[in-house]
Amino acid sequence: MTIPDVYIASLPMGATPPDWPGGYWWHWLFFSVVLIAFLLVMVMAAIYIERRGMGRMQSRLGPNRAGPFGLLQPVADVIKVLLKENIVPDNADKIVHWLAPVIAFVPVAMIFAVVPFRDGAMLVDLDVGILYVIAASSIATIGVFMAGWGSSNKYSLLGAMRNVAAVVSYEIPLALSVIGTVLITGTMSLNGIVLAQDIPYILLQPLGFLIFFIAGCAEINRSPFDLMEADSELVAGFHTEYSGMKFALFYLVEYAEAIVISAIITTLFLSGWKGPWLPPWLWFIIKTLIVFFVMVWTRTTLPRVRIDQLMSLAWKFLFPLALINLFITAIQVLVWPDGLPWVAIIINIAIMVVLVVAWSKFFKLGWGRLEV
Amino acid sequence: MTLKTEPFVLNFGPVHPSTHGVYRMRATLDGEVILDIEPVFGYLHRGIEKLAEERTYTGFIPLTDRLDYISSMSNNMAYCMAVEKLTGITVPERAEYLRVIIAELQRLANHCIAIGSFFNDAGAYFTPFLYMFREREKILDLFDMLSGQRLTYNYMRIGGFTQDIPDEFLPAVRKLLDTLPKFLDEYEFFIKENEVLLARAKGVGVLSREIAVNCGISGPVARASGIDWDLRKADPYSIYDRFEFDIPTCENGDCYDRYRVRFMEMRQSLRIIEQAVKDIPAGPVRSDVPHLVRPPAGEAYAHIESPKGELGFYVVSDDSIAPYRCHVRPTSLINLAALREMVRGWKVADLILIFGSIDICLGEVDR
Repeated sequence: MTIPDVYIASLPMGATPPDWPGGYWWHWLFFSVVLIAFLLVMVMAAIYIERRGMGRMQSRLGPNRAGPFGLLQPVADVIKVLLKENIVPDNADKIVHWLAPVIAFVPVAMIFAVVPFRDGAMLVDLDVGILYVIAASSIATIGVFMAGWGSSNKYSLLGAMRNVAAVVSYEIPLALSVIGTVLITGTMSLNGIVLAQDIPYILLQPLGFLIFFIAGCAEINRSPFDLMEADSELVAGFHTEYSGMKFALFYLVEYAEAIVISAIITTLFLSGWKGPWLPPWLWFIIKTLIVFFVMVWTRTTLPRVRIDQLMSLAWKFLFPLALINLFITAIQVLVWPDGLPWVAIIINIAIMVVLVVAWSKFFKLGWGRLEV
Repeated sequence: MTLKTEPFVLNFGPVHPSTHGVYRMRATLDGEVILDIEPVFGYLHRGIEKLAEERTYTGFIPLTDRLDYISSMSNNMAYCMAVEKLTGITVPERAEYLRVIIAELQRLANHCIAIGSFFNDAGAYFTPFLYMFREREKILDLFDMLSGQRLTYNYMRIGGFTQDIPDEFLPAVRKLLDTLPKFLDEYEFFIKENEVLLARAKGVGVLSREIAVNCGISGPVARASGIDWDLRKADPYSIYDRFEFDIPTCENGDCYDRYRVRFMEMRQSLRIIEQAVKDIPAGPVRSDVPHLVRPPAGEAYAHIESPKGELGFYVVSDDSIAPYRCHVRPTSLINLAALREMVRGWKVADLILIFGSIDICLGEVDR
């Protein structure tokens, strides 16, 4: 057993805190520290993977000066950003401007409370874990909108408005695509979902996975849906007027959100911490980073969509497909109440291919030119 | 319930990542929709036309590099042709061939940037851009071989060139002719049917044939709107009439077509270079021109098909060693004339894309 494994095993783990006096607070303190540290380290890993991976994909080297293979680049970035001057525009709403990065960051960190690192290793095993995730993830939008509004900058405002529009629309397919998984497992607890996954649900719920991945990318503004900070249009979108540590917090939020969505996808569709040979927490990290790498991959590959195309993608494409996916899954659960057989995998993948092809044939994205 | 809304003005530029320099557009927006734009020029004005009057004819050549600095060689060529026409100097055969090779290489390099930054404006995060830049580097290496410079070459002279090409230049060009088509095929394969690109660029920013003609738009932007107008065919200068090549055109005049026309032009440029490299004769690269050119009083206009369109130099001489007046017909500025018609009613994101698809260079717009 590795050291973290021993450490975790020595704890009275599980969703319920230990029953010795003060056990609840010990449990709470330990996990808060571990989760925040884990999130920060993962963000650093994510930044490193993104910059080096993008460098390789774009036929350049990427950062390679700080430390071996540029491994210390995130550390150097953090030090740089901490030393920078914090500039607040004269016309900005000072309190809102100050509060926005905090409000954006806290809910993202909160989400990790319900993500299991191994069987029962989580801050709290909520019965409604998925609802909690979806609810918490949409709070971050308020922070972003506060940043856009408080900066008194038109680019920021445009970016923030785009973000609110996108997140409100993409919440719906995001939530609907998860319900398929919930129907099969019969539980909303993330640990329960992992325990129920004998085979990864990406096979049983391919359409659900696809919708969740796309909607997740749109929700956290990863390319090709990075409209709220579209660098070629809005300079930097909602954080145009931020500098120093407050900018760093937004930067952190951006990657933390990506890591959180990757972790949720891992938990819901890639059987979470389950896996042979390696310790569960390592499996969890590896899978999370693989999902994140796919996001980096799409970012380097695709151009950005337009705002009206983003909206029609949510309402004309993802929303009906999520409903159909829900319907089909419900029928399958009705037909096979004791768990879905292997043949369901083939059926579902075939259904996904047919539906995606049909929808992309018949629906056009966007509105085109308006008469002005 | 009806909300009271009012349009607001958003400044794009002069310092903005996607204005390709210091162009500025005051856009009136209704939410995301563009109601109107008002261009503001002049942030990069250096008075180059006036500076020409203070310099000798040869001394102005380095300044032409600073006009459209993406394709400096073409500027050199157009200016030298104007002075040659004014003075009546003929250029040696070898120099003519070299000028064609260099002008077409410059077109390739320019279109590399045009296509790459077009995708960047579309929001593809630097990947298509950097691959195009990698290929452009190879062409810049060739120019480096010739002139020792990578951006502002100052290589052409009135009546020919500063010096003959080094021995390794033509083999290097042949090597480029072998590798570049493969790269173009690969690039086009990955980009052409990209669903997001089609959704973003197809039918966006249509420039109709009539407006294009009325605004005097030239180059790939005009040819994407179906105007079969290319000075290399329409008014063959230098020795372009000796080569076999086509003028690619498209019909729709949208952003997607403007990108495609550039791609097809790159293949035609490769064809021209291939023929020119095969036929290039030996001999001098510069005719006998006095150190100080003193053209007889008069005026001359020479135009070439620069990568961005028709680039013209109008030179007036008063029988002294400096031009009395030198006027540039700036391709980029005139191509921008229809921008307002093209972007009205589209979204903010389209404004950037349409603007990028025109492919301008601010050094030439503001002069």
